[in-house]
Amino acid sequence: MLETLLEAFPTLALLAWEPPGWGANLVRGLGNSIQIALGAYALGLVIGTAGAFGKLHGGPVTRDLLAVYTTVVRAVPELVLILILYFAVTDLVNQGLVAMGYARVQISGVVAGIAVLGVVQGAYSIEVIRGAILAVPTGQLEAARAMGMPPLKAAWRITLPLMLSNAIPGLANLWLIATKDTALLAIVGFAELTLQTRQAASSTKAFMTFFLAAGVLYLLVTLISGVAFGRIEKWARRGQRDGGAGS
Amino acid sequence: MSGFWQTHRIVMAAIGAVIVMLCAIYLRWDWLPKYLPLIGQGIWQTLWLLVVTTFFGFLLAIPLGLAQAAGPWYLAAPAKAFCTVIRGTPLLLQLWLLYYGLGSLFPQFPAIRQSELWPYLRQAWPYAVFALTISFAGYEGEVMRGAFKGVPGGQLEAAKAMGMPRLTILRRIWLPLAIQRALPTLGGETVLQLKATPLVATITVVDIYAVASRVRQDTFIVYEPLLLLAVVYMIVTGLIVLAFRWLENRVPSRVA
Repeated sequence: MLETLLEAFPTLALLAWEPPGWGANLVRGLGNSIQIALGAYALGLVIGTAGAFGKLHGGPVTRDLLAVYTTVVRAVPELVLILILYFAVTDLVNQGLVAMGYARVQISGVVAGIAVLGVVQGAYSIEVIRGAILAVPTGQLEAARAMGMPPLKAAWRITLPLMLSNAIPGLANLWLIATKDTALLAIVGFAELTLQTRQAASSTKAFMTFFLAAGVLYLLVTLISGVAFGRIEKWARRGQRDGGAGS
Repeated sequence: MSGFWQTHRIVMAAIGAVIVMLCAIYLRWDWLPKYLPLIGQGIWQTLWLLVVTTFFGFLLAIPLGLAQAAGPWYLAAPAKAFCTVIRGTPLLLQLWLLYYGLGSLFPQFPAIRQSELWPYLRQAWPYAVFALTISFAGYEGEVMRGAFKGVPGGQLEAAKAMGMPRLTILRRIWLPLAIQRALPTLGGETVLQLKATPLVATITVVDIYAVASRVRQDTFIVYEPLLLLAVVYMIVTGLIVLAFRWLENRVPSRVA
């Protein structure tokens, strides 16, 4: 079976794990992609949760600044933001280091990638989480307040669990965007899956084989994430009637 | 003080204006006159790509959505698979697969080399248009599926009761109502499509992003071209948002 396949498509041998094959490189690239996606997603969630509460309960200045942040990030292409933040962050850190008398450093691709994509993700998460919080029935919070719950405890025990079920579909979407946006880091030269694939492809000239293989890897990540988020949503909706929150 | 111009907003606007002035004075803009024609061409290329791929992508999205919403399984399954694959892989990878992958396969077939399409297939922009079109179709197909499904059944039943043929129902009732439902999302998807266009610079199409990269390489000026880029994209995004708001207001609001 495998041999006939190899005979029909000899370039498939290039996907082997050991070097002449490039399989290990692709999987290492995938590892890097997922690592950055996880980091950026986590950073985005932190920014998103803080920003959503800021937008809902913050003062007028906080709210307007957050509005500027979300508008700008959602209007400018990720690629441009990545370049601006990548250059600016590296520059600022190095200027700071030089001013303090240290030598310049090369910021690692992983850290820069997580920071940049995290800031982009944060802008989208703010909107998702804000919408989810707004969809929590007010009666629930009024009940909590009537029971004498302090605001932080009410946020933790009432708002958060109730808004989670509303937020999961949007957050699942954001996770998929995070995994796909890591491909953009190929353009600043970070060795994630897409760049590894391109290097393998251009040194072996087997473009189709490698790009299709990378496509399969990305698709696997997407499909597995879909199943995982389906489970999480089911868990978040436990104890709710079929129509969703508050119905 | 009420409405938009509250005190803190005036202060923030003033700070913003000062920052813009500082950027204009202290950053280097002397390259701008020399590259102005190129920048104009780049913006034109970006807008052209956006309009063409959105239009054809939307045309493709209608059958994709319809097949998933109401088609038999042998149409629905391929449509769903297409949308999943497009939405599950990065656009950059699709673009490179088409340009480098297909682009390296095509010359091996003499029939293609001798065909009249060959002069176009040797250039980069057909691959860019194709990749962006199928990408938009994939995302929008999913939206249209929901829109077709969301049209109230009573409308279609009424049309059927009036003896309308199926194609007429689609053309006069189902499709207009579905597009009306999809319109707000369509605006968002168009902005996302605009934000996807700079990727074509990686396959040598000279859009506004490629122009900015060239300025950076020629002059070693880093921030100024990127700032200009950000401003251009923000303006185009603003125009898209305004255009769709106008369109949404023109379409009669939904019947209750």
